[in-house]
Amino acid sequence: MTRSATTTWRRVEVVLAPVLLGLLALAAWEAAVVVLELRPFVVPSPSAIGAELTGNVGIIATAALSTALNAWWGLVIGVVGALVAAAVSAAVRTLDEMSAPLAAAAAVVPIVALAPVLYTMFGANVQTARVAIAAIVSFVPVYVNTLRGLRTVAPVHRDLLRAYAATRRQATLTVTLPGALPFFFSGLRVATSLAVISALVAEYFGGPVDGLGKAITSAVSSSNYPLAWAYVVGAVVVGLLFFCGSSGLERAVLHRRSGR
Amino acid sequence: MNTPAPTRPTAPSAGPADAPAATGTEAHAAPAVEVRGVTRRFSSRSGEVVALSDVDLTVRAGEFVSLIGPSGCGKSTLLRLIADLDEPTAGELAVFGRPPRVARQNHDFGIAFQQAGLLPWRSVRTNVELPLELHGAGRAARRARATELLEMVGLADFAQHLPHQLSGGMQQRVAIARALAERPSLLLMDEPFGALDEMTREHVQTELLRLRAETGAAVVFVTHSIPEAVYLSDRVVVMSARPGQVREVVPVGLGAARDRSDDVREDDAFFDRVRAVREALHGTDGTTPRGVDRR
Repeated sequence: MTRSATTTWRRVEVVLAPVLLGLLALAAWEAAVVVLELRPFVVPSPSAIGAELTGNVGIIATAALSTALNAWWGLVIGVVGALVAAAVSAAVRTLDEMSAPLAAAAAVVPIVALAPVLYTMFGANVQTARVAIAAIVSFVPVYVNTLRGLRTVAPVHRDLLRAYAATRRQATLTVTLPGALPFFFSGLRVATSLAVISALVAEYFGGPVDGLGKAITSAVSSSNYPLAWAYVVGAVVVGLLFFCGSSGLERAVLHRRSGR
Repeated sequence: MNTPAPTRPTAPSAGPADAPAATGTEAHAAPAVEVRGVTRRFSSRSGEVVALSDVDLTVRAGEFVSLIGPSGCGKSTLLRLIADLDEPTAGELAVFGRPPRVARQNHDFGIAFQQAGLLPWRSVRTNVELPLELHGAGRAARRARATELLEMVGLADFAQHLPHQLSGGMQQRVAIARALAERPSLLLMDEPFGALDEMTREHVQTELLRLRAETGAAVVFVTHSIPEAVYLSDRVVVMSARPGQVREVVPVGLGAARDRSDDVREDDAFFDRVRAVREALHGTDGTTPRGVDRR
């Protein structure tokens, strides 16, 4: 076998192996439900979930879109806010020292727990509270990571730029910002999945009746368990899309940079 | 500040290509480096540390001078003072007759550290271009100069590589090419080969000698290694620790840089100078009978 054929086969293997494992797991699940005669409220069979999924693709997609939009705007607002805040904190030392405990506090507070309060604050018939939660949740990791990145300049690089009489602007553009980029992206990766999770979970606590979180709770309360699971599948798809989006962006930016 | 020697403030754009004679140069250009009564104290929680105490040193244009001494003798501190990365507590320094701050802003010197300090996200070529880029050189000029320099250090084929794809020795050669980018008349090097293995080290030393012969730049070179100092230098400045002082200046005189080759390392004159530096370093000025390493 030639080398290129070998590498192609390896690539196929990389994709094929997990798919195969997934199919095997589904088969085992199906068999367990049938053989052990499990009731749907314990766990429905994959085939039942699949049937609900194909039968309700339209409404599941609508619900998923609603949740995804909340997560998206929350993420955008949170990330932009975090970048501005990190830039200001990096430039003004005292501000950084003042905000450090706040950032630490925000990192440990379960923001979703604030959902009921925010619904009354913004009104329960608009999406604002959900977007706000996703924004606060995604702000924290991006802010903390980016600020650390902006602060992390190797002493040898600092000396080098000083020896070459680089201006502050030049130092920022040539060393500080490019050096902070990987830090920003690892913050973004965390923020992306948190934004989806929090936008969805926030729906459990009230607000308008659209969205995956609401759909899951109402399907469960009407004892339609396979449909609830079908909505969960929708949530998995949304989460995956967001994750692929952010890691794709990361790869594109960091890879293009290193390719030059 | 006013340095006693009234000299032209401008540095010669290209210094003498060969090593200057041991005695005073006829040309009345300002010396590359002039250090007068420099003291540097650091205050820490555990008290005050005198890193340098009343140090005098002159490096002529085109001259290669090594600073050697035990850890903590302040040799790196002295180099940082010359580069204006730090300021003396007392005393005065001049680089080509000007205060180090002015020299730094005029880009009078190139610098290399123990770590290559390449920017990991830039290609080898754009790393070499960095000083030119910072000082506003045009794109075409930068490219041309980088190509020339990479050819000079034998890395022309690696222009598009990223630093992490290069070995330590290759990275250090890129750092030297970067330091030479603006054809400086003075090169400041802080243990640039300290992290390299012995074989790579000898190779880049010979390369540095060649580059130095080609550029005619003065070099201030901080090192731990006696053979390295002797092989490369016109003079070796031996320093002592706590407080950091110049103990002795050993002239080497192994001939012009361009004539020096690897064979010098096996020369009797080379061993003689190595012994002289070692004795100066260990304080056996012929008075104390500790010099046991005679072969």
